[in-house]
Parts: sequence; C-alpha cells; structure tokens
Amino acid sequence: MSAYKDEDPRVTRIKRSIRVVPDFPKPGIMFQDITTLLLDPQAFKDTVDMFVERYKDKNISVVAARAGEDRNPTLEFPITESLAGIEARGFIFGPPIALATGAKFVPLRKPKKLPGEVISEEYILEYGRDCLQMHVGAVKAGERALVVDDLIATGGTLCAAMNLLERVGAHVVECACVIELPDLKGRERLNGKPLYVLVESH
Amino acid sequence: MSAYKDKDPRIHGIKARIRVVPDFPKPGIMFQDITTLLLDPSAFKDTIDLFVERYKGRNISVVAGVEARGFIFGPPIALAIGAKFVPLRKPGKLPGQVISEKYVLEYGSDCLQMHVGAVEPDDRALVVDDLVATGGTLCAAINLLERVGAQVVECTCVIELPDLKGRERLNGKPLYVLVESH
Repeated sequence: MSAYKDEDPRVTRIKRSIRVVPDFPKPGIMFQDITTLLLDPQAFKDTVDMFVERYKDKNISVVAARAGEDRNPTLEFPITESLAGIEARGFIFGPPIALATGAKFVPLRKPKKLPGEVISEEYILEYGRDCLQMHVGAVKAGERALVVDDLIATGGTLCAAMNLLERVGAHVVECACVIELPDLKGRERLNGKPLYVLVESH
Repeated sequence: MSAYKDKDPRIHGIKARIRVVPDFPKPGIMFQDITTLLLDPSAFKDTIDLFVERYKGRNISVVAGVEARGFIFGPPIALAIGAKFVPLRKPGKLPGQVISEKYVLEYGSDCLQMHVGAVEPDDRALVVDDLVATGGTLCAAINLLERVGAQVVECTCVIELPDLKGRERLNGKPLYVLVESH
C-alpha cells in the first residue's frame, strides 16, 4: 500500500523533494534521486517519521537494509534492474528507523564487504546474478524484521534480503521503501509479504 | 580530542561493542567492525547521542557522510540537529553534476564526489565517518566542502587509529572521536 494514496499531507513535500535525473546511469533511464530529499531536513524527518509511526508498536527487533554498493554500469544488465542495483541507499533510511523503534540495524552487503562469517543469498537478474550477504549471528530465529530500501523496482533484491532473514528463522513483518515503481511489478515478487511505500513513480 | 579520555560512562559500552576482526580485508589488518555496535540498540543510540549533544547548539547546517559507513552515523545526526545530509561517494554513483576530489592512498589513488549545489558557501559543515586511519578520506571530504565555500567546523568519527596519525593530516581542522584503538 502507498501512503500517497492515503493522502498524508507530508507525502506531497516528500515526493516533490525527490529529483528525477534522466539518462542515468545510462540513456533511457529516469533515475529517482533521493539525495535531494536529504537536503530538505523537514522532508527527511517526515520520511523517517512516517515509517517510525507505522512500525514503532509492531515489536520489530531488527531493521535490515542494503548498502549503496555499485554494480558496474558498464556491464550489461537490463534497464529494470539498474534502478535497484546501483544506488540502493537503505543505509540512509534504515538506521534512523532502527534507532527510533529500538531495533537492531543489520546491514546487508555485496560480497567481501562484511568481515567475519557471513551467509550469502544469490539471486538472478535478467542478465546474470548478484549476491547479498548478512553476518552470521546478527539475526536470531524468531526475531521480527523489517526490510528497508530507498526504492523498489523489480523486487529482486528485496526478495533476496527477505530470504536471508527467513533462512536464519526470522519473521519478515514487512518491506518498506520510500519509492515504488509499480510498473515493474516488484510488489508481486515478494512472496506475499506486505510492502509499504510512501510514493509511487510511473 | 577523544571522548574516551573524558570518561563519559557510555563510552565503555560503545567500545566493548566494536568487534576487531583479524586479517580482514587482507592479512595483517585488524579490522574495526562497527556492525556489532549496530546490533546493540542502546549502544548505537548512545553513539548518536554523544555526537548530537556535541553538535546541536553549533549551527551546523550540513552533515557530510563518507560512504558507506558514514551513511549509518551521518543521517541520524543530521536528523537530530536539523541539518541537511550530503553523501560523499565514490565515482559513478551520484547522478547529475558532481565535483570530484582525488586523494592519494598508500598504493594508488582514490576519488570522492559531491553533488554540485548540495552545499553552499554559507554552510557550516560536519564531516562524519565511522573511522579515521591515515586521514586521507577525511582530508578529501574537507577539500570538497571548502572548495564550494563551506566552513568545515569539525570532523567526527566513532573510532580513531592514532598510530596512523590521521589527525595531523586534517589541515588543522579539529577531530572528535569517541574511542581510540591501538
């Protein structure tokens, strides 16, 4: 579901603060740039507040989010994945939500970034594969988890994130993103897990 | 200066939560892993609180965070003090117009970028990263901000490796850290 449809007055400002950059990272892609949202302290605060209001009484014990690691833009991969694959900035939204709800924050990263023992989840893209890792022991069986990202496109990476959490026995309560690209139908790829977004972009 | 020396009671818990992982990312390196700090909501909150208490009355208008782990500590500080958050990133990640600052590593060089227009000449800036070692990245961050005319008030990190003398590389800019690791 989208808060946009619920017409919370804060959503207009949030949506307006997101900059769309044409032809990045390659021609034909309309890139959803949330850095301009971060330049508006009120809009950034409203974004975090809306998530916190939704989750603070849901006994969430862990917030998991991806870091903004790059996919090499010169490699061939489809337009749809590049939106999610390059600029994941869950690191920016996840920690404030975790802090405000008293949950742990667990970073999910590309290979070789997390030191020590990790578990890996490979996932398939239209052309090729990618891999997400989580620290062994960071999340325990029975924990209630929220997965946060700045944007959902095809849902492939959110799906991989959920799998990592479920494999260690956690219960994924919901996925939360600032932006959804509904035309890419990522929502349908989440194995029935609910998805909450603030704004949609067509 | 280091809060550790000031003996704030919260520091002990923060330091205890940082995990040192030997031989990562390569043999001989003792890696300071802050992810274990993030698994302790109280210690993570204390970390942010210590920074916020220091900076909230000082008219900081922008918090610049160095990717990727500066993105974990920077935004909560920015939110609490009402400042903008500006990500400083490796090349190719920020869309639109950027300015770049190259900096020298022990072997080779690297580059940090910032969005054009994100920071303005009258901005008072705080630079945030999880750790300062040689100071090369912090120095590049300071340069980016000063090149657009902002005033860098201070650099702040959770951890300092004082043996690597990064503090001396900051062109006289003050550095505030919570813990030291030798």
